Amino acid sequence: MIYLDNSATTKPWPEVLEAYQKATQTYFGNPSSLHRLGTEADTLFQKARQAVAKLLGAHTEEIIFTSGGTEGNNLAIKGIAFAYQTRGKHLITSTVEHPSVLEAFRYLETLGFEVTYVPVDQEGRVNPRHVEEAVREDTTLVSIVHVNNEMGTIQPIEEISRRLKKYPKLFFHTDHVQGVTHVPFSFRDIGVDLCTISGHKFHGLKGTGVLVKRKGIRLSPLFHGGGQEFGVRSGTENVPGMVALAKALRITRERQRETKEKILTGKKRLLEALQTLEGAVINTPVKDSAPHIVNVSFPTLKPEVIIQALTKKGIHVSTKSACSSKENQPSAVIEACGLGKERAESAIRISFSVDTTEAEVEELITQLRMIIPEMRKVMGVAK
Amino acid sequence: MEKIYVDHAASTPIDERVITTMIEAMKNQYGNPSSIHSFGRDARKLLDEARQTLAQTIEAKPNEIVLTSGGTEANNLAIFGYARANKAKGNHIITSAIEHHAVLDACKQLEKEGFRVTYLPVNKDGYITKEQVEENMTDETILIAMMHANNETGVIQPANEIARLAKEKNIAFHTDAVQTYGVLPISVKEMQPTMMAVSSHKINGPKGIGFLYVKEGTKLIATFAGGEQEKKRRPGTENLPAIAGFATAAKVALEEREQRGSFYQHLTDSFVSALKEEEVPFQINGDANHRVPHIVNIYFPWTTVESFLVRLDFAGIAASSGSACTAGSLDPSHVLTAMFPEEGRAQSSVRFSVGKGNTKEEMEYIAREIKKMMKTI
Ligand SMILES: Cc1ncc(COP(=O)(O)O)c(C=O)c1O
Ligand SMILES: Cc1ncc(COP(=O)(O)O)c(C=O)c1O
Repeated sequence: MIYLDNSATTKPWPEVLEAYQKATQTYFGNPSSLHRLGTEADTLFQKARQAVAKLLGAHTEEIIFTSGGTEGNNLAIKGIAFAYQTRGKHLITSTVEHPSVLEAFRYLETLGFEVTYVPVDQEGRVNPRHVEEAVREDTTLVSIVHVNNEMGTIQPIEEISRRLKKYPKLFFHTDHVQGVTHVPFSFRDIGVDLCTISGHKFHGLKGTGVLVKRKGIRLSPLFHGGGQEFGVRSGTENVPGMVALAKALRITRERQRETKEKILTGKKRLLEALQTLEGAVINTPVKDSAPHIVNVSFPTLKPEVIIQALTKKGIHVSTKSACSSKENQPSAVIEACGLGKERAESAIRISFSVDTTEAEVEELITQLRMIIPEMRKVMGVAK
Repeated sequence: MEKIYVDHAASTPIDERVITTMIEAMKNQYGNPSSIHSFGRDARKLLDEARQTLAQTIEAKPNEIVLTSGGTEANNLAIFGYARANKAKGNHIITSAIEHHAVLDACKQLEKEGFRVTYLPVNKDGYITKEQVEENMTDETILIAMMHANNETGVIQPANEIARLAKEKNIAFHTDAVQTYGVLPISVKEMQPTMMAVSSHKINGPKGIGFLYVKEGTKLIATFAGGEQEKKRRPGTENLPAIAGFATAAKVALEEREQRGSFYQHLTDSFVSALKEEEVPFQINGDANHRVPHIVNIYFPWTTVESFLVRLDFAGIAASSGSACTAGSLDPSHVLTAMFPEEGRAQSSVRFSVGKGNTKEEMEYIAREIKKMMKTI
């Protein structure tokens, strides 16, 4: 079994499972309870918060635990839009966002907000100047994904952030869900106001995530209730889940150097092979793309069929974002890059983890070299 | 020193079988259920089975179960989701003064958005009557939110009657069943609510997971926008291990429900008799004959709750002053204040909530400790 769909989700590490299990068995109290079992659970929970803060380069009070990337993105976007709507109702994002960002903006449009969707170039990248040019007097939020989950394109977050500093009345959010694993940054250094991550993308557990929110920023909550998470996110805290997230993030950082080189080698090897494979068109940019994602189109071939063929060989890759891969529609991200319908309809995404081995990459290459020419012959496109 | 946990209404220890299910799922079904490859399909299969199991526990259809991150989110989705999607029909909501903050604070937010909310007061026995609801209904009423049993007093509300009334009048009915799920028999076929919220960590399942039952055909505006998960009613990658663990906890709770119910009743009854035997002055808050078996809330006129809880904690006993969820605050309980507005009763009342691991001996030990504390005052 070769699992190459790590952008969709990753396998939790054994240490993470252990941490989860231990926390769940020993610290089952409700951290808001005032008795010892409650305070012990709370102590553990706050330790996890401190660890995460340190690893992300943020203050402890800036860490808001959530149920995942979708919630983090929604909380940041709707939270700012509603909390600051008296200032203005104009928002800016890009055309290559994850559905949890895009749909949040679409929803806000139904409530009378105005949204500017900044276009991207053929590599899927926004131009920081275009972002700045979209800013208006009544803009309250800019949200740009850090690493695109389909193409792997890295956005110039730092430069956008620098340009936006001139507009102190607006806030800058980045969806760091794909970035946090292999393209880390320090929250403080990069200069964004809000930043979303999700535990299951770095070998933590599903249903866990963090929204980092710079001190002093107000957010209108999505959940109202007991007032947990500094009043921004009510609901009994998922203590073991967040302990597991902290553990997974720590290991991710510890293995960072090893990860980066190892994954880059795999990616380079795969790109080289794809360049010589007839019928393959690489979508992922060579420069400034995440080490773990390779997006490639096989025009005229159906990606589902390629995926099925690979599955038979025990290799698992995907079409695009898992959340929308049910619909057999062309990739909206690749279309937004202006790469044409044909490429958008025939793209597959291969995504690595630190645990991916060289042999696994070789096996994928071998299989693609057999499957693709065969399929092209059947489709009548091969000579 | 003994360590006795009698705060199960706040959270419960996780069942070993649940952990096994979860660890299994984390190791083997780690794919994303939306992925089309075999890891995804395996994960999807587990998700479908879990949903089926959860649906069966309340006699619902699988597509009527919307998985959430817990009871708070489920209640919020019901209140916000329904009100915002149906505001063309009217702008009035009826709820009670004793709801959990997940319902109350959502209603308060809706007031800011232009809705009118009636918070029905309760009687000294701790419940709302159907008549009260009836009297307050107007042509504008679109939603009635009434909890199934209160989390502080354990008093069971006439949810069945109110659900019937709501149905007759074509008004949506939501019930917060977080404290009754797995304890009382619940069938949506019988009760016929429009929506019902449930949380896993109250029934020996994991934290961070729950569901909202939503009757087929009900229009909701989702709290999150995003992917296609949960038929767009709740996007976000599904928290599969927790969902599978929740399903195991629910299945176990259903199988053991009757036994558990009578055991909990036996425990809380033993506690009350032991207090009597020790001749500790006390009164039970709320109708003792209409409460869930695992919760008993007791007024000790001779003490104040802060010092009482601290001393219990010293004796190794974990109880609470009411809802844990008011994020560690010691504000007087809004529930007891609603029941006894003129008395300072909330400042002298403690909630004891039992669970599977408790014993009759522990109940007697707690009563003896309370007696000792009384003597030293
Ligand atoms: C870029 C990006 N943002 C947000 C999300 C959503 O995160 P989650 O699945 O934790 O809700 C994902 C993954 O699904 C993603 O890749
Ligand atoms: C009656 C009631 N409703 C809602 C909740 C909130 O559920 P959760 O803690 O899963 O957010 C609780 C418990 O905290 C509760 O007792």
